[in-house]
Amino acid sequence: MRVPLSWLAEYVDLPTGATPETVMAELVKVGLEEEGIHRFDLSGPIVVGRVLEFVAEPQSNGKTIRWCQVQVAPSGQKAADGGPDIRGIVCGASNFEVNDKVVVCLPGAVLPGDFKIAARSTYGHISDGMMASARELTLNDDHDGIIRLSQLGLDPKVGSDAIELLSLGDQAAEVNVTPDRGYCLSIRGIAREYSHASGAEFRDPTGNVHPMSNHGYDFSVDDQAPIRDRKAVSRFVLSAVKDVDATRPTPPWMISRLKLAGMRSISLVVDITNYVMLELGQPLHAYDLDKLNGAITVRRAAAGEQLKTLDGQVRKLHPEDLVIADASGAIGMAGVMGGESTEVSSSTKNVLIEAANFDPISIARSARRHKLPSEAAKRFERGVDHSVAKFAAARAVQLLEVHASGVADSLGADYRGYEPNLPIWLPSEFASELVGVDYSPSEITDVLHDVGCLVASVSGGFEVIPPTWRPDLRHKTDLVEEIARISGYDRIPSRLPVAPPGRGLTVSQRQRRTVANALAATGHTEVLTYPFVSMAANRWFAENPSELLTVRLANAIQEEAAEMRVSILPGLIEAAKRNHSRGLVNLAIFESGLVFEPTAKIGKTADLPVGNLRPNQQQLADLEATVPNQPRFIAAVFTGDRVPHQVGQRAVEATYRDAIQAARLIAHAVGVEITLKQAVKAGFHPGRTAELLVAGPDGNVSIGHAGELAPQLALDNDLPRRVAALELNLDLIGQLAPKVVQASTIAVMPAATQDLSLVVDLAVPASDVLASVIEGAGDLLEWADVVDDYRGENIESGKKSLTFALRFRAAERTLTQVEASASRDAAVELCAERFGATIRA
Amino acid sequence: MSASNPITQAAVDSAVEHGLKIISVASDLASLKASRAAATGDQSPIAQLNSQMAKLEHAFKAEAGKIIGQARGTLNAAFAARESELFAAEQIAKLAAESVDVTAAALTNRLGARHPLSLLQEQVSDIFVAMGWEVAEGPEIENEWFNFDALNFDADHPARAMQDTFFVDPVESHLVLRTHTSPVQVRSLLERELPVYVICPGRVFRTDELDATHTPVFHQVEGLAVDRGLTMADLRGTLEHFARSMFGPEAQIRLRPSFFPFTEPSAELDVWHPGAKGGARWVEWGGCGMVSPNVLKAAGIDPEKYSGFAFGMGVERTLMFRNDVNDMHDMVEADVRFSEQFGATI
Repeated sequence: MRVPLSWLAEYVDLPTGATPETVMAELVKVGLEEEGIHRFDLSGPIVVGRVLEFVAEPQSNGKTIRWCQVQVAPSGQKAADGGPDIRGIVCGASNFEVNDKVVVCLPGAVLPGDFKIAARSTYGHISDGMMASARELTLNDDHDGIIRLSQLGLDPKVGSDAIELLSLGDQAAEVNVTPDRGYCLSIRGIAREYSHASGAEFRDPTGNVHPMSNHGYDFSVDDQAPIRDRKAVSRFVLSAVKDVDATRPTPPWMISRLKLAGMRSISLVVDITNYVMLELGQPLHAYDLDKLNGAITVRRAAAGEQLKTLDGQVRKLHPEDLVIADASGAIGMAGVMGGESTEVSSSTKNVLIEAANFDPISIARSARRHKLPSEAAKRFERGVDHSVAKFAAARAVQLLEVHASGVADSLGADYRGYEPNLPIWLPSEFASELVGVDYSPSEITDVLHDVGCLVASVSGGFEVIPPTWRPDLRHKTDLVEEIARISGYDRIPSRLPVAPPGRGLTVSQRQRRTVANALAATGHTEVLTYPFVSMAANRWFAENPSELLTVRLANAIQEEAAEMRVSILPGLIEAAKRNHSRGLVNLAIFESGLVFEPTAKIGKTADLPVGNLRPNQQQLADLEATVPNQPRFIAAVFTGDRVPHQVGQRAVEATYRDAIQAARLIAHAVGVEITLKQAVKAGFHPGRTAELLVAGPDGNVSIGHAGELAPQLALDNDLPRRVAALELNLDLIGQLAPKVVQASTIAVMPAATQDLSLVVDLAVPASDVLASVIEGAGDLLEWADVVDDYRGENIESGKKSLTFALRFRAAERTLTQVEASASRDAAVELCAERFGATIRA
Repeated sequence: MSASNPITQAAVDSAVEHGLKIISVASDLASLKASRAAATGDQSPIAQLNSQMAKLEHAFKAEAGKIIGQARGTLNAAFAARESELFAAEQIAKLAAESVDVTAAALTNRLGARHPLSLLQEQVSDIFVAMGWEVAEGPEIENEWFNFDALNFDADHPARAMQDTFFVDPVESHLVLRTHTSPVQVRSLLERELPVYVICPGRVFRTDELDATHTPVFHQVEGLAVDRGLTMADLRGTLEHFARSMFGPEAQIRLRPSFFPFTEPSAELDVWHPGAKGGARWVEWGGCGMVSPNVLKAAGIDPEKYSGFAFGMGVERTLMFRNDVNDMHDMVEADVRFSEQFGATI
């Protein structure tokens, strides 16, 4: 809401020297946020001049200029800039006559846009000033010519200050109004709040008008389809003004105020309705009474009904839209925009003012549906004071009488469909208990009274009837907010509450931190990516792309990224691509986050339970069932070199091994061991990918994959052919982790170490052979690992030699080599049985 | 038998001198080892003198034995001294040969980093966990009831419009991308035993285009306390402690009246940020208030018996003014340089 200070000052006392800054500083205290300052951004000397004579001089460029002599000060007196009273001024406009009074910007004046006026040589003359158009003064967009003051209904003294005359010195403070306080979308509401903040006296503008009783115009409400059982109309005031001269100019002070408030001057009648709306918060509509066809009805639009609105658009109405209709059909979309057929024009003689109060929800839906967030709709959506309708209509009538020579007429209507506000019970201690400030009963009464409430002190508390302009005050906590707000939040003391002893982070939360920190500590960089992906990217890693269930957004920002990810990898690949494009090619990036895995196709679900009541167990279970599975995954992508080329060191390329290492690290961080299984997986290299298995209570559980991306996928994303990647289900691995790690005793007897080389078929995975070596060797084997995979000379083609390092140890005695060898032989025997393994000769 | 005695002091001295000379010219440990034979071995002058002991008259034996013993002692000491001298020199030479330019030390592995938004959420969580609060979490795709209805957002509330909220297709599924972490508050109140003190960090979504100050995907951290007798004073005290933990002991907070559907009274929260670039100043930090009775009722809690407060702030915004991040793009584009400048700390 933009608040011209001169306007505000009519209804609340502003201190001398008040500026938009000081006004906003007060309003902030009561909860209106500072938004900005608006002013005309010009400075004088700008004076009233009279054209004494002019000569039209055609120019070689085809233009005709007028060389004018203009009186800018009373005869014989110095002008405002200290110069002579008559000036020669070159003017490009031709809309004026000799003797016209005009606005002259004298040398030294500055117009908006830092346009400095000076005497300058042009078209063969010294032009000693400038005659201004309305657009040059930013009063409106009119640039058909210069301002002729007679056309504004003005006949001021030559040489007088035009800035004051046109109210160009006024300025406005703009504050943000929260949606609960629609009444602050008016000078009336802001003045009241300013009074709360500063203590200055508030004068209600409704006190300046005296509504007459209007009757005789047939009006009815016919709502066949109420929205959520709400009353469509709570007030409808009609008030006629006869014999209006609609051709009269809008007074300059009104133009200035409208302009500062952010509205354009259109015509006197329209300007008056807008002016009253800004002043009182009541949207008004003015009909040309002579264009109306009989009785007015408010009803829902009929199926297929159309309306040509004021902006010339033909709009297809929705059966939920509330319309104003006469015998001819719809003549306006209630609370949103009027219709063209009954619009006021310069030839309008008789005006019918409408001041109505419509259901906020109905108006909000219509405004949204038709994308017409008008000033009227904005106010109706937030709730308008139904008691102000009568005053607003009367104020418009009053202004039409004064400025358009209209005559107030008793023709009209006053429909009242509202219920009186019921009292709210406020226990005396409640405010103090909720805010923590000790408010006295008189303080509570005073504040609520200032806000406009009727307060009755009763035993144990107060009965409070909120004012008609505060539909947001419905509950005793709403009243407490008023008490706390008006008496000042800075009075609230500070007290640190003591929470009951907590259990710290959950196991899962600790695991996630440990994993992320372990990865970061070992050279991986955490990044965050958006979870929005394309349909195609979401299926890169899907085994059955056509069967994949996904969550799709109804209103994605980009249609090509409208699905919620089922994998983090597409986001990381995109991130890798971006880093590569910026010259950052050696990457080990990871992200941990939710992926979205619906278990069934997403469709319509049951209507929602009400908001302010705990749903029953069944309802809660039903709500929960609608929410798709959202497990937490962790993924990583590796490109370029793990170790870059440096002094004394050759580059080491990142490979599938880095991905597997990261997987092992993650498992290690949560306390589980990963088994690798050679795997073929969509989107991954068919020969360089491992499935990651973790032992669960019912056998191995697959938790994800690590390896290299399918080279074509990497190339398609502008990445090098070799990109390593990993993705696993962090929730799952976390659940498989031991709750408590069980320690084994550390054996200290001497160890016996041996190496073992076994020849097996190429297709036999090393991890399987290792598992059998461990199983076959039995308890004496303390540790074993694969240390070599040799293929080539001296090894039969189609075979490979796997070398294992073995460490044997007995808990209670020194192991002999004979015992160790026997254990090793048992391992060989099992491997021979399972894989046809032979000891390498 | 001659009575002459060849093992004279002079002869021994000469043999010692011979030996000392051989030892002294050895230039390294290998030649010193060779010189030992020449100086004290069988063919050495001292050994030859010694070999005459057997033939010596008994009367001379004691004296001769003594001076030969002394001579051997002298030679052995000289040898040991020379050996340690040469060993030390060789060590020095070896270390010199081994020296490298440590200033050009290569990285043996990459240096990783956490994302500062993650670190900031963890830091906030830790501050509250230290006070006994617990960290609560919830799904990012939410049923509208948790995201709106239970939080006192009317069915026609403007925030439920498509221009603010991401809806899952079809819209009748009643699923949205949560627009705030507040549904976690509702879930916490439904699931936990009272009293509840939880902090809820997490990712949220609104249909804003990415620009320098907006992103459709961002993070919030919300706090919720519901207990008997909580007041706005408890809210202020908690926020003050939080602000000081985040911004230093000089940090202060300021509450300004505001409006949110799920709190009443409501306030905007400003923080006096002593470390702000360009000087200490007030910075808009978040929103807060006393939990609306309608929210408590949605969770089946009697607002006549319990009260609560809640607060929330943007993690990105906090990082922006705390760590002088100027462009939202840096936080969301996954450029590794952004995370790497923070390393493992913010």
